[in-house]
Amino acid sequence: MVAPVTTAAGGADKASPGRGPGRSWLAWLVVVPFLAYVGTFLVYPTALVLAGSFQDSDGSFTLDNLVDLTRGVYLQAFLRSVELSAITALLGAVLGALLSWAVAVGRREGLLRRVVVAGAGVLAQFGGVPLAFAFLATIGFQGFVTRFLRDTFGVDLFTTGAWLFELPGLTLVYTFFQIPLMVIVFLPALDGLRPQWREAVDSLGGSSWTYWRHVGGPILLPAFLGAVLLLFANAFSAYATAAALVSQGSPIVPLQIRGFLTGEVLLGRENLGKALGLGMIVVVGVAMGLYALLQRRFARWQR
Amino acid sequence: MAAVTRQARVARTVILLVLGAFFLLPLVAMAEFSTRGTGGTRSLASWAAIVDDPDLVEAILVSVQLAVTSSLVVLVLLVPTMTWIRLRLPALRRLVEFLCLLPVAIPAIVLVVGMAPLYAWVNYFLGDSPLTLTFAYAVLVLPFAYRAIDAGLSAIDLKTLAEAARSLGASWGTVLLRVVVPNIRTSLIGASLLSVALVLGEFTIASLLNFDTLQVRVNLLGKRDAGVSIAVSLLSLLFAFALLFLLSFIGGRRRDTAVEEG
Repeated sequence: MVAPVTTAAGGADKASPGRGPGRSWLAWLVVVPFLAYVGTFLVYPTALVLAGSFQDSDGSFTLDNLVDLTRGVYLQAFLRSVELSAITALLGAVLGALLSWAVAVGRREGLLRRVVVAGAGVLAQFGGVPLAFAFLATIGFQGFVTRFLRDTFGVDLFTTGAWLFELPGLTLVYTFFQIPLMVIVFLPALDGLRPQWREAVDSLGGSSWTYWRHVGGPILLPAFLGAVLLLFANAFSAYATAAALVSQGSPIVPLQIRGFLTGEVLLGRENLGKALGLGMIVVVGVAMGLYALLQRRFARWQR
Repeated sequence: MAAVTRQARVARTVILLVLGAFFLLPLVAMAEFSTRGTGGTRSLASWAAIVDDPDLVEAILVSVQLAVTSSLVVLVLLVPTMTWIRLRLPALRRLVEFLCLLPVAIPAIVLVVGMAPLYAWVNYFLGDSPLTLTFAYAVLVLPFAYRAIDAGLSAIDLKTLAEAARSLGASWGTVLLRVVVPNIRTSLIGASLLSVALVLGEFTIASLLNFDTLQVRVNLLGKRDAGVSIAVSLLSLLFAFALLFLLSFIGGRRRDTAVEEG
């Protein structure tokens, strides 16, 4: 990095992998446990899902599973999943960006920032089942807020039905973990904005608006759009919260897959579950691929 | 950032208050709900019931053990491999990075579809102990551990350190355990804490492979006695928060040393 000696040493090392063919063969051996492990517990199960999507229950090739994805309940589940993920990704991204900004203008080593970052980590990554119960305790039938509104103002939260256990409820709870994820991915991007840029705008007579419109905004845009994609993928893959909240029916794709795993399936169509899995991998894969591209574009502005 | 305008300060306060309320309300509600007694009184019965439920205690112990074993497995897999690749096999770096980040693109709910048949074999050979979930969990925490260790290895001058140790007669094992590991220990602690938090919160794979872990038990309990489930949920959220809060100090210290080294 700094000392030229290092580069020289590194170059010499690269130039001499030929310490005898036996040695280089041994060098590869060190990596074998890792590759074997990942091959068994990551690549093999994934391959099983991919291959199963194209097979009928006898193991012969078919496209029926994939065709079924494009109609009926499965198509609806995909559309609902996409809708849920898109709405919560946008809500999460906008509110999360605001929260990130509020934290970023504070002190770097301050308590507020530590608390927000740690809290965001918990809600975004630990989440799952506890979040479902958090909302049951808040706005469930006997929840804290439900009771308070009923006893104090005579307002019934559930006049329109058990919405907490349906798509509107999922949207609310998902936003609860999407905002924190946005903070985790967007805060480093905001930290990458150099104070000198702001000072330059100020000294040239620009306003706050000028700065965000012509400097901060354009620089952050790729990071923001990337984060929206990441949030989308996150909501699309999420299972635990929905599983704990929705016990009847399978409105979204992950819950459809649960149906296949717990055996509520048409006989002979077990591989339809794998096709649903393939569909999820494709959607998440596209979102994450675009995210990686945007990240690379944003990286130009960071050291 | 010294030049924060008055408008910005007001906006900041409003954002922090509104979102702060949004995030704190459910936590307050959980505390309120889990301390309800009969007839409008306060009672700690739900909290006391946590330790009175042997199944729940068992599930908590299983999850804690899984957190430890999964962190260890992922570190033992990654540290030697990533060190070796930087030193001797740079050609493989892309492949290993791809494999480690792959779980990000494969939802756990999809992974479990492929793992179900695999676990039929695992449980046939190794018994059906819930600790066999370690295999799946090590995969799940792979991306997070990879990023932490990668950052650690990038911050040290690995080649020079390794060459110095080798020229003084150290074996590769010694280089790994007595040179590399101590130098990236904060990254290793960070990777472990993150893994622990993820494993303690994991539900998808455990529930669909029918293992009784903390979150599976909490979910099951919720159907019968919401108070206890909410108490345990709050407890686990606070515990995870404590872990990650601790992590923020470790992370901060690592950044400081990196700055000192230039």
